[in-house]
Amino acid sequence: MHFGATSWSLSEADNAAIGHVLQRFLFDSNARCALVVDRSGQLVTTSGDRPPFDVTAFATLAAADFSANDQLARLIGERDFNTLFHQGEKESMLLADVARRVILVVLFDNRTTLGMVRLKMRGTVEELTRLFERMFTTAAARPVGQAPALLADVDDEIDRLFQ
Amino acid sequence: MSMINYASREINCKIVYYGPGLGGKTTNLEHVYQKVAPSTRGKLISLATESERTLFFDFLPVDLGTIRGFKTRFHLYTVPGQVYYNASRKLILKGVDGIVFVADSQVDRMEANLESMQNLYDNMSEYGYDLTRMPFVIQYNKRDLPNAATLAELQTSLNPGWEITEPSRQRHTPDVYHAGTYLVEQVATGEWVERATYFEAVAVTGEGVFDTLKAVSKLVLKALS
Repeated sequence: MHFGATSWSLSEADNAAIGHVLQRFLFDSNARCALVVDRSGQLVTTSGDRPPFDVTAFATLAAADFSANDQLARLIGERDFNTLFHQGEKESMLLADVARRVILVVLFDNRTTLGMVRLKMRGTVEELTRLFERMFTTAAARPVGQAPALLADVDDEIDRLFQ
Repeated sequence: MSMINYASREINCKIVYYGPGLGGKTTNLEHVYQKVAPSTRGKLISLATESERTLFFDFLPVDLGTIRGFKTRFHLYTVPGQVYYNASRKLILKGVDGIVFVADSQVDRMEANLESMQNLYDNMSEYGYDLTRMPFVIQYNKRDLPNAATLAELQTSLNPGWEITEPSRQRHTPDVYHAGTYLVEQVATGEWVERATYFEAVAVTGEGVFDTLKAVSKLVLKALS
């Protein structure tokens, strides 16, 4: 039983698998960059051009944007808005829900079109959904009380951190 | 929702500062922002109104050090305190790993404190989170003001404790931050109760701000381990 938010971990193999899906999507769609952000506002990974901005702040604001729009959807009688589009003069962004747990954010400019990005995004979201559902199923299957090996027996180290 | 990222070697956790309007939640974050080395913190983001009241949230990421080669990165959020912003306040609680309740010590703010505390319990339970079993710290802010309630009054109203029924948890547990007091104890009526640990603070001068942050961060990491 969980008393608060559950924790999850991203292995190097999962990260590589996500990166592979994102790179193929960026190649096919000609978008500049893709970020995966979890619903609580933490950046999971980025792919493509290195973003020229503070990605931590960006991830937080993207998750807040998505959460606020989810609530707006409910107010008008929709379950959610599973994609959001923000259009700028030069740069635009498209956000999509993945497995109800993470958000795919794609940044693109005039080298491509919204239609192309949206078209290629559909299959990418399906692939990412399968990957994340498998990751979350594995995390949920871990016996209650069994800490990830990384954080087992680290009480002393935690104490030292705050001395 | 804490996340252990083996690829970037980071442990990410989310801490939310909750409490009534004008209680000092944003001031806590501003003090942390000013005092920690720029290399260990990110930008302070404030989604505020023109009169600098928090509209959606404030956000500050800070790195507190390394455990087993993993950076411990804490994302600190505040919520808007005013009663009518509950929709956005509740969104910020999604995925929270630790809570700091910033209470306003002034006698005439007691009702606002109580209302906010009740609202916190309600919003947490709507997400299915049990506040009494999570990292939770109370900060009594504005201790320097002449109209501040006594510590005993604040503890009685805001931190009376919750009953512990599981026999395995019914043992006296000292509060390491306040010698001679207990977080879990048997009260005169025979019941076992647990209280949240608390800190006195004057956030505008920084007093108590880091003590609070360290305590809640430590609880979050210990909850993970």
